[in-house]
Amino acid sequence: MEGAAGAVNAATGQPLLRIDGVVKNFGAFRAVDGVSLDIKAGEFFALLGPSGCGKTTLLRMLAGFEAPDSGRILLADKDIAQALPHERPINMMFQNYALFPHLSVYDNIAFGLRRAGMARADIATRVAEMVALVKLEGLEKRKPDQLSGGQRQRVALARSLARRPQVLLLDEPLAALDKKLRESTQGELMELQRWLGMTFVIVTHDQEEAMTMADRIGVMNAGKLVQVAPPRELYEAPRSRWIAEFVGDINLFEGEFKLRDGHRLVIATGGAGTLVAAEPREPIAGAKLSVAIRPEKVKLSRRAPVGEGSALNQLDGVIADICYLGGATTYKVKLDTGGMVQSSVTNSARLDVDAYSLNQQVVAWFTPDDCLVLDQ
Amino acid sequence: MRKKTRLSRFNVASLALGLAFLYLPIVILVIYSFNASRLVTVWGGWSLRWYVELFNDRAMIEAAWMSLRVAVASASIATVLGTLAAVALSRGERFRGRTLFSGMLYAPLVMPEVITGLSLLLLFVALNAERGFWTVTIAHTTLTMCFVAVVVQSRLGSLDRSLEEAAMDLGCNPVSAFLSVTLPLIAPAIVAGWMLAFTLSLDDLVIASFTTGPGSATLPIRIYSEVRLGVKPEINAICTLVIGLIAIVIVIASLASKLSSSQGESAAPL
Repeated sequence: MEGAAGAVNAATGQPLLRIDGVVKNFGAFRAVDGVSLDIKAGEFFALLGPSGCGKTTLLRMLAGFEAPDSGRILLADKDIAQALPHERPINMMFQNYALFPHLSVYDNIAFGLRRAGMARADIATRVAEMVALVKLEGLEKRKPDQLSGGQRQRVALARSLARRPQVLLLDEPLAALDKKLRESTQGELMELQRWLGMTFVIVTHDQEEAMTMADRIGVMNAGKLVQVAPPRELYEAPRSRWIAEFVGDINLFEGEFKLRDGHRLVIATGGAGTLVAAEPREPIAGAKLSVAIRPEKVKLSRRAPVGEGSALNQLDGVIADICYLGGATTYKVKLDTGGMVQSSVTNSARLDVDAYSLNQQVVAWFTPDDCLVLDQ
Repeated sequence: MRKKTRLSRFNVASLALGLAFLYLPIVILVIYSFNASRLVTVWGGWSLRWYVELFNDRAMIEAAWMSLRVAVASASIATVLGTLAAVALSRGERFRGRTLFSGMLYAPLVMPEVITGLSLLLLFVALNAERGFWTVTIAHTTLTMCFVAVVVQSRLGSLDRSLEEAAMDLGCNPVSAFLSVTLPLIAPAIVAGWMLAFTLSLDDLVIASFTTGPGSATLPIRIYSEVRLGVKPEINAICTLVIGLIAIVIVIASLASKLSSSQGESAAPL
């Protein structure tokens, strides 16, 4: 899902925020290692990565709580790398919300406006606007400890939006909410971002959250930005084996390159015999390769499928494990060639007479175009 | 719903015994301060005679006034210095020797008072300072500053760091972030620290007797020297007044720190 405004701006807009070769060390530990990234005006950008990958440190450098050891951070062509937090037109929504416990909801939202020296009447108007925006009418006089988790999250959002920053940073904004509330809040955040046309940079370790909300996702690992792509591209064309395994589930078969047949590669794998895969866009480096296939692209049938191309990958095996998830069922198939393959089948009918049972003989098959070829 | 557990007889008895052990001497002292008899040990009926006599005792009143001034001055100075020390130790960058510094700050907590008093006396003599109000005040500041630092530091430790960052993010420089967010949140702890310092200074006999000079005795020194010549019922009266004052201050201090911790709950990470 791409935001309409985001897509429009992404096509035409200049980069609003340019991160250029930023490095940050904590003692001997290199937290952020030469990250360069352009974020366009009006974009919803997600930084995704496992904990300790440097994504939060990068966000804190954008906010001004940490100064980079080298590199530049340009906001509308102005270097702000060494500017203090209050000197930047950037606001942040904190992971634990960091609401001021001694101030009411109204005063929390008005805090930044008062610091900016706004007139009293204007502050009242703006706060009322923000309160309406996050649907907190009637709670203005409450203190943060008299609010629920979801309400606190809204106050934090309203407070960080009140100054109308050029960029809003969100540090794991939904991590403290339960699943249902998180999903509805995701939708509200996306709507809000589109409506305001503001640039959002969100940090998250939750890939579904990043996929759902962001126009583009930057994946970080060990301080490096390893891939920047729209959600679909990230999922369907991960640039490395690490990304393929980090984003979503995937079957991986290690093997060796045998021969090229037109636009197809023939690869001999250890676990799944000989596989045929479409040639990747980027040229492959060595002979040692991995063939990767997403579980939902692996189909199962009782007999070998007929009428498909001869290049189809067909693997015989028995069902070794069944995991029923409601919307889909994940089958683990033990292959006759020794490997294991996962297949995710959508439960499209309520009474599924076709469901497979344990130890049943099946054929797992997938097309060469659905295969990814990655370096080992 | 929690079921109210009733105290067993054993609990009641041990509680009564414990409280009696702690407070019976004080209760007897308070009762005897209203004794009409001249002899401390003989009960002669109720009277306010010794309170009247106390207020006519110029030396005693002067000592009380001196103690009060010293307590207010030293508690105020100790609160400022102790709060600054606590802020530096919990908020500052991790400088070299930080652990050593915080350990050194707490040394007066465990140092025998005789040693603190003696070392300060030697310092004042070396500096050729005239001993009196200011030397006692400085000595008491030294003693009580670490108590203030401990109280304030524990409050700062429980405070979420990101609150200050949020304030800076919303347009505060570091100083105004401290003043507008951190200071209001640690204020109850600062008040509690002041009260603690005040009572400690009011109580102190040892350090004061080392560092004071002729003609500026504090109340504990005065009482002690009177008692050496024999206990007068008047002493009971002044002690009762001191107990009352300290009890009031301690109640206020504990209320302040209670307020402080209940406010802190919302500041804790979720």
